[in-house]
Amino acid sequence: MTLSLNPLDGLAATGRFTLALCRGAGGATLFALEGVHQLFRRPFHLRAFLRALMDIGYASLPVVALTAIFTGMVLALQASTGLSRFSAGSAIPNLVVLSVTRELGPVLAALMVSGRAGAAIAAEIGTMRVTDQIDALTTLATNPMRYLVAPRLLAGLIALPLLVVIADILGVLGGFIVGTLKLGFDAATYLTNTINFLHTDDVVSGLVKAAVFGFVIALMGCYNGYRSRGGAQGVGSATTAAVVSASVLILALDYGLTEMFFTK
Amino acid sequence: MSAQNGSVPKIRVRGLKKAFGSKIVLDGIDLDIAPRTSMVVIGGSGTGKSVLLKCILGLIEPDSGLIEIDGTNVLTAPRREAARLRARIGMLFQNGALFDSLPVWENVCFGLLAENRITRAAARRKATEVLAQVGLGPEVITLSPAELSGGMQKRVALARAIAAEPDIMFFDEPTTGLDPIMGAVIDELIVDCVKKLGSTALAITHDMASAQRIGDRAAMLYQGRIAWEGPAEDLLTTAQPLVHQFTHGLAEGPIQMTLRR
Repeated sequence: MTLSLNPLDGLAATGRFTLALCRGAGGATLFALEGVHQLFRRPFHLRAFLRALMDIGYASLPVVALTAIFTGMVLALQASTGLSRFSAGSAIPNLVVLSVTRELGPVLAALMVSGRAGAAIAAEIGTMRVTDQIDALTTLATNPMRYLVAPRLLAGLIALPLLVVIADILGVLGGFIVGTLKLGFDAATYLTNTINFLHTDDVVSGLVKAAVFGFVIALMGCYNGYRSRGGAQGVGSATTAAVVSASVLILALDYGLTEMFFTK
Repeated sequence: MSAQNGSVPKIRVRGLKKAFGSKIVLDGIDLDIAPRTSMVVIGGSGTGKSVLLKCILGLIEPDSGLIEIDGTNVLTAPRREAARLRARIGMLFQNGALFDSLPVWENVCFGLLAENRITRAAARRKATEVLAQVGLGPEVITLSPAELSGGMQKRVALARAIAAEPDIMFFDEPTTGLDPIMGAVIDELIVDCVKKLGSTALAITHDMASAQRIGDRAAMLYQGRIAWEGPAEDLLTTAQPLVHQFTHGLAEGPIQMTLRR
């Protein structure tokens, strides 16, 4: 058997990939616009919104809290080994609070929520799609975008900043625990350094990032679930696509937002 | 194929076409359903029965043709008017399509609650009443669909379809997956509900016994067109070769199954 490699095959594959990417991006954008549009149409499904808020926010709290506290602890420990080489160990509280509020709090919380709630949204809506439940909504005079998508987009937008506030506090607490118990910091000094160094912008930028990430997680979950086809395998693929696309978008948007906030 | 009693058909379909890519599913369907009659559409798997139903419901957009409900073409009517007409259709899905996340009573009254036509307290009472009509007691109203047997799920789905008292009802394979006795019970409930509400019904099925129990008239879909239409009681006796082969389950005949060996 001989393998013939045609150089045009690579070009064709690149073209197909690019077209698929553009189609996906266009589809997701139109889907997002329709979802946002439905937020302003009546009736607003309050119960569906509150349920989504609980699923995305409250149910993700344990995993986000654990991630934040351990991240703060590791950060303090790593900072001590790095900064002590330059005799700058006193900057540990500053480094921990800045890293957590600006970057690690929003990004890690979003990645955790994407893996938990984003996957759950895609699986639920995907299952509804392949079992005709979305068609059933339509026959019951209910707009599926208004009932399923709009409440989740709003819930993602609100839940993530709330989770990140908690993640910020717990991340700093993690650093504080390691700083005072292991690295010999005085508790009052550690807290004073943290508070004095922290600016409102640091927290606000993190919360804005969180809101954007929350919207993206809900959007990718809804979009991939809504488009799923073909039974259990289709729902599985939709769930994977929701988590992967949300995670990549979170990291890409994080760079864009950091550039926007902190580059003069 | 005009409405059988000469009046304006409740549902009138003309030249309905739908293709998915190169596969032509509906190739010019003409069908009339007179008010307060039950039409059963039979046909092999993949002949487009569900697509026909979904086109009328507005879940799939046909490529061309006309669909009239009470004389109004829903394909060209303003969006709101088409939605209003279609909102009068109750639908029983093949697998029930009950909402897993909601208890039985919210499933039954979902349409009424979504349109704010009823309070939640009144919805619970209404659900109990409607469930009684399909032979289910008040003990099931707080259960989730996953806690019900297949037959009970079908009854709850039927209750949901009739809760808003629609004047048109669609049934997609109502007895699929049920044992013969439960199938007969569901058919009896369907006939009972349709008669009580004075609705017009359109059912699609593979089950000949069910087709004869539910339908006043029957039609057979073959190669995207209505190949035969007549009284449902003639289904098993007609000499029309396609219907004869299909209703008697004969391997030999004009319908050729493509099998890859």
